[in-house]
Amino acid sequence: MYETITYRVEDGVAWLTLNRPGKLNAFTSQMNREIQKAIKASAGSDDVRAIIITGEGRAFCSGQDLSEVDESKHLGQVLREDYGPMMQQLASCDKPIIAAVNGVAAGAGFSLALACDFRLVSENASFVNAFVNIGLIPDSGNLYYLTRIVGHAKALELSLLGDKVSASEAKAIGLATKVISVDEWSQQLKAFAENIAVKPTKAIGLIKRYLEATYHLSLDEYLTEEAEGQRIAGLTQDFAEGVAAFMEKRKARFIGK
Amino acid sequence: MNASQFIETSIKDGIGFIFLNRPKQLNALNRKMISEVVSTMEAFDINPDVKVILLTGNGKAFSAGADIDEMVNDSPITLELTNQFADWDRISLVRKPIIGSVKSFVFGGGFELALACDFLIAASDTQFSFPEVTLGVMPGAGGTQRLTKLVGKTKALEWILTAERIHAKSALHYGFINKIVAPELLMEEAVEFAGKIAKQPPLAVRLIKESVNKAVDYSLYEGMQFERKNFYLLFASTDQKEGMSAFVEKRKPKFTGG
Repeated sequence: MYETITYRVEDGVAWLTLNRPGKLNAFTSQMNREIQKAIKASAGSDDVRAIIITGEGRAFCSGQDLSEVDESKHLGQVLREDYGPMMQQLASCDKPIIAAVNGVAAGAGFSLALACDFRLVSENASFVNAFVNIGLIPDSGNLYYLTRIVGHAKALELSLLGDKVSASEAKAIGLATKVISVDEWSQQLKAFAENIAVKPTKAIGLIKRYLEATYHLSLDEYLTEEAEGQRIAGLTQDFAEGVAAFMEKRKARFIGK
Repeated sequence: MNASQFIETSIKDGIGFIFLNRPKQLNALNRKMISEVVSTMEAFDINPDVKVILLTGNGKAFSAGADIDEMVNDSPITLELTNQFADWDRISLVRKPIIGSVKSFVFGGGFELALACDFLIAASDTQFSFPEVTLGVMPGAGGTQRLTKLVGKTKALEWILTAERIHAKSALHYGFINKIVAPELLMEEAVEFAGKIAKQPPLAVRLIKESVNKAVDYSLYEGMQFERKNFYLLFASTDQKEGMSAFVEKRKPKFTGG
């Protein structure tokens, strides 16, 4: 079903692993499509309440595979037809997405990590906005997300200089949610994802949706939308459970509906 | 009236509901389904319990288009003799307002059915498209006419020739839908909107709909003459007397529909 990635669901968590380790998990158009397909499957599955994207081997993702460029397309077409739909699929996913950055995230691999809701970063990992080093601009939503995460000045610095950002620097500038040692990597990753997976999934999706809306709306418009969002949250079973648990002074057991 | 095979219908609080009901086929339209929709609209139109008609689809999508299997072997002669599009003309004759509540795919014939409504409330995930050109044909149930009258030639021709998907935001921008709502709240919002119109004095609603529709085909002068006659006509209604007295007496009107 998948050739360039592996995909499995376990304990409420979908594990999407980029699986071209010999090529440092570089993107091909097939990989773009498979990621898109796997995210769509996760979004539509009741069994999935959190998604992890990680890389097999020593890299997270080194960006576009430059030896596999489709010569029949110009770069604009590659973005519109291959990367764009993948980024749209990620952006429209209501479920929390964690980038487990196990190694280098360069170019579009950096962009992929930016499009996720969390970046758990291995102490050995690094980020490189490598585009400028070959005369290109950061793509696949990179600037859009980067400026929101680290601010304009830092986004410009990373994009214009194209230097490597270490895990500790990533933490310092707010790019990494958390830096994890190699020894504790697997265990902490699982714990982080499983903690998210038992939260009220529908509310998480709505928070993502309405936080995004703040960027496009005036306060008046936003407050109208916010009321709509809270109306939806108020209809969920998890809200009823949350209130009941609070009243009964017990821990809530959310089901994601 | 529930002998329908491909739709479900009900009436509640002045709203006549029609649900396209082939969810597994994403509500693909076949001739029988359209005939059921139109007959139900006509029945609602003369039913005093119905003030407005609300059309929507069961399942994920409003309608992914016409059932292609049904047409694949048609010839110009069978199409002429079947005269299937005559049913569509009858939708234009319905006097009560028709609200379409749409979501996900609204393609081809489904898009044409949506455009035959007076109002469209769309879930934020709605995508409209006329894919006919990719099958070597074209919209045949009003698509080229209604869309063009609503948004003008520039975008209509582009959309129909490219088969491009039109997202809800774009649809709102170009003015062929009334409102975008969160998918979870689509029916709640559509029913609320329908309820507002259902509360208006029905004779005024009828004649307003008729007059506004005339603006599409009439010259301004003719349209204004037509409007004037309808305006005069409403002064024969008890709701006009009640509405104006209530205004003068600074109280809320109680409309009876007469």
